[in-house]
Amino acid sequence: MTAKISYADVEVGTELPAQTFPVTRATLVQYAGASGDFNPIHWNEKFAKEVGLPDVIAHGMFTMAEAIRVVTDWVGDPGAIVEYGVRFTRPVVVPNDDQGATVEVTGKVAAKLDDHTVRVDLTATSAGQKVLGMSRAVVRLA
Amino acid sequence: MALDQSFVGRSYPPTVPYEVGREKIREFAEAVGDTNPAYTDAEAAKALGHPDVIAPPTFVFAITFKAAGQVFTDPQLGLDYSRVVHGDQKFAYRRPVRAGDRLTVTSTIEAIKSMAGNDILDVRGEVHDEAGEHVVTAWTKLVARAAEGA
Repeated sequence: MTAKISYADVEVGTELPAQTFPVTRATLVQYAGASGDFNPIHWNEKFAKEVGLPDVIAHGMFTMAEAIRVVTDWVGDPGAIVEYGVRFTRPVVVPNDDQGATVEVTGKVAAKLDDHTVRVDLTATSAGQKVLGMSRAVVRLA
Repeated sequence: MALDQSFVGRSYPPTVPYEVGREKIREFAEAVGDTNPAYTDAEAAKALGHPDVIAPPTFVFAITFKAAGQVFTDPQLGLDYSRVVHGDQKFAYRRPVRAGDRLTVTSTIEAIKSMAGNDILDVRGEVHDEAGEHVVTAWTKLVARAAEGA
């Protein structure tokens, strides 16, 4: 593990660079193929509405994959992630237009732990609503 | 209908090995738009101390979720899979998944709860490599929403 951030240089409250991730219908089709999750709620508007959703929604695991990038881009080495967990609180609704949706992710060091690790608390919002809850990662720093 | 509590603690046999390929990792990294070179460039991964390209942190879910299918589709458990949504997901890593790994998953039912007519199922997937070393543990919480009028 070769994190580029030093444990000594971070404090509780240190903010990680925030990022905004775009997600369109094309993104969801590509993610379905790569992940093997072909649930039609992620690409078929008619089906999504029949099961009571407002529109096609992003895979929760897609949003989870995007959110951790705020941490992996910060430390450089994705292998420095020790733990990562989220709660899926609201869906990311992806309209069928050329804009799609965006997921905005922020992260902050919430605790300094043993063995050069820190806990980072993440927030992820889309259309002004929180889409992940209890989104936390433990990462090993240099 | 509430799920049978006697399934708590039940483990399912380890899956046949899943071989992690470099191009599958690349495909996944591209799908999430992540350009970190550790996922696609073996030299960059080695510079970070990894023997080969590594997979993004959530890559392993495709493997553990497929393994957990043994649980979800167990007719004796009787989960209504058509009403299932993903509630929580957590991973604890011993090391990152990397190209060349041959991974097996052992799924265990950790908890079964019933709340307001919803069935809540917690499944733990222990992922081991070919040498039998632990790589990552995945915890998946599924919620089967109550049927209308139930």
